[in-house]
Amino acid sequence: MLLDRVSYTWPGANRPALDDVSLRLDSGERLFIRGGSGTGKTTLISLIGGLLQPAAGRVTVLGQDLAALSAGARDRFRADHIGFVFQMFNLVPYLSVVDNVLLACRFSRRRRDRALGADPSAPDSDRHAQAVRGRHALIEEAERLLARLQLSAAVRARRQVTDLSVGQQQRVAVARALIGGPALIIADEPTSALDASARDGFLELLFEESAAAGAGLLFVSHDEALAAHFPRSLDLRAPDGEDSC
Amino acid sequence: MLTRLTLRSLGNRRLSVALTVLSIAVAVLLLLGVERLRTETRASFLNTISGTDLIVGARTGSVQLLLSSVFRIGAGSNSVSWDTYETISGHPYVEWAIPLALGDSHRGYRVLGTTPAYFEHLRYGTGRKLHAASGDLRLGTFDAVLGAAVARALGYRVGDALVIAHGTGQGSFATHDNLPFRVAGILAPTGTPVDQTLHVSLEGIEAIHVGWESGVRAGAVPEAAHLHEHELEPSEISAFLLGVKQKMHTFQLQRAINEYSREPLLAILPGVALQELWNLVGVAERALLAVSALVVLTGMIGMMTVILSGLNERRREMAILRSVGARPMHVFGLLIAESGLIGSCGALGGLLLLYGALALLAPVLAAEYGLFIRLGAPSANELRIVAGVVTLAVLMGLLPAWRAYRNSLADGLSIRL
Repeated sequence: MLLDRVSYTWPGANRPALDDVSLRLDSGERLFIRGGSGTGKTTLISLIGGLLQPAAGRVTVLGQDLAALSAGARDRFRADHIGFVFQMFNLVPYLSVVDNVLLACRFSRRRRDRALGADPSAPDSDRHAQAVRGRHALIEEAERLLARLQLSAAVRARRQVTDLSVGQQQRVAVARALIGGPALIIADEPTSALDASARDGFLELLFEESAAAGAGLLFVSHDEALAAHFPRSLDLRAPDGEDSC
Repeated sequence: MLTRLTLRSLGNRRLSVALTVLSIAVAVLLLLGVERLRTETRASFLNTISGTDLIVGARTGSVQLLLSSVFRIGAGSNSVSWDTYETISGHPYVEWAIPLALGDSHRGYRVLGTTPAYFEHLRYGTGRKLHAASGDLRLGTFDAVLGAAVARALGYRVGDALVIAHGTGQGSFATHDNLPFRVAGILAPTGTPVDQTLHVSLEGIEAIHVGWESGVRAGAVPEAAHLHEHELEPSEISAFLLGVKQKMHTFQLQRAINEYSREPLLAILPGVALQELWNLVGVAERALLAVSALVVLTGMIGMMTVILSGLNERRREMAILRSVGARPMHVFGLLIAESGLIGSCGALGGLLLLYGALALLAPVLAAEYGLFIRLGAPSANELRIVAGVVTLAVLMGLLPAWRAYRNSLADGLSIRL
């Protein structure tokens, strides 16, 4: 993933939220991005996710220049290749734990196939056969990921996600980000709602699992202390006097 | 994919969704009910007079004559003399004539004095003839032939005795109890006012009114054994039905009757009189339909309100969907599916309620008003209403869907709540 001298100004704002930012993340690598509020964190994530188009510069993910894709194709690209974990409220309240994880497969054929262990290049007839046993196999895969993230069988079977603890919710969100093996995980302050002991455990799991999946991890936080866990870090500095997200 | 999400999402808000569906269902019930009553009333009235060419009565309004003679609704004010009836029924154009003498009742059901010609010539539905379910269609002086509904409601069997009350009030105390009638036969159901009627002979009507000439029981009333002392030829009847030999003569006969010089008479073509009746009530029908349509619209606005008011707290949910790759069009589709589903459930619920209400009310309507409402399959018009309601729901869903679409474009992944 590559950002090359990217700038973005929100409509109506008189200063850019991001000004001339460049960064690079190789596959399987972990990168810490430090930034408090108003440093353009959300803008950065939205640019990489393809929800915004930079005013200047270029965003390339997996060798694909996002500007070359239509809005719909960027949404599909995001579904196929990027998993997100946010600060909180990661889960859809009316879906069960497993269905929340499987949400990532609903919008991406590629991640669905990969979660099934299917070969995306296989002929359609084979893929159809896989799809038939699909739902059951998908649930198994979601269960496997949730178990790896140390969620007990009792938690995994919950129909209501709203009564999970925040730490449990965040781990469900990680399982969703990981399922179907996207190339890039973007974590936006995923630990700020956790207490210190839960935070370290969570980070460890996040690192382990994204490494096991071979995904690059882009970790955005205002918390300096976390930078020590990463081989590389980058500062996003607030443009003077600007207080935007 | 989206329908599953939609179902779960609606399930999450099941109380408000259920109430919205209910309000739409009740509105649809109202609209369908008005439509069903309208068409069924017409069909039922039309069925009743099939085969009758002319209805003749004392001069009055044609709708009034139609209602009082055939449908036993309201009271026929004046009567026709028996001489006139005999003269006109002997007219060369006339194939058959059925005299009708109304005015008495039995436990709320109208008693009709007539002749055996009634069973011979009256037709209902698509030219169907009356026939007995049990007993005979015999009209001796004290025989009564019961309509199917009368027999069922009052539990009469062939051979039972019954006493006729004077006048048509439900709780009439003046009864002709000196001269009981005997049930000779029970008619098969017809789905017309015939079912609600007790048929007796004109002589029987005459006999029970001996001694009642002033309208109340005055002085001596005879026992059956002494009736032969009295002349039982009727002096007047309420109205009569005519069948012509050749349809082309109907208008000529009608004019001849209307110009009859010895008594002011009115002859009407039942179809024309019915049309007049429908023109009369058409305004009210349209008003009812319009009001019902507005009620449906109100239900829809309620639905839109419920969806719109939920949108703000669902922005997070939309952002999550966006983050896993949902396009803004998906969000749009999700909300359209929601309103479409609510509308469909409401419309179908209304249809079910309609059949439930009809099953409950049809017997009451038949017994109280002589309206026969069938429980048949939905008509094309009713299906159009159902389809229209679903379409309207989808259209009403456009606004919340559009707002959610705009929100999700503006919000992206950020959850600023």
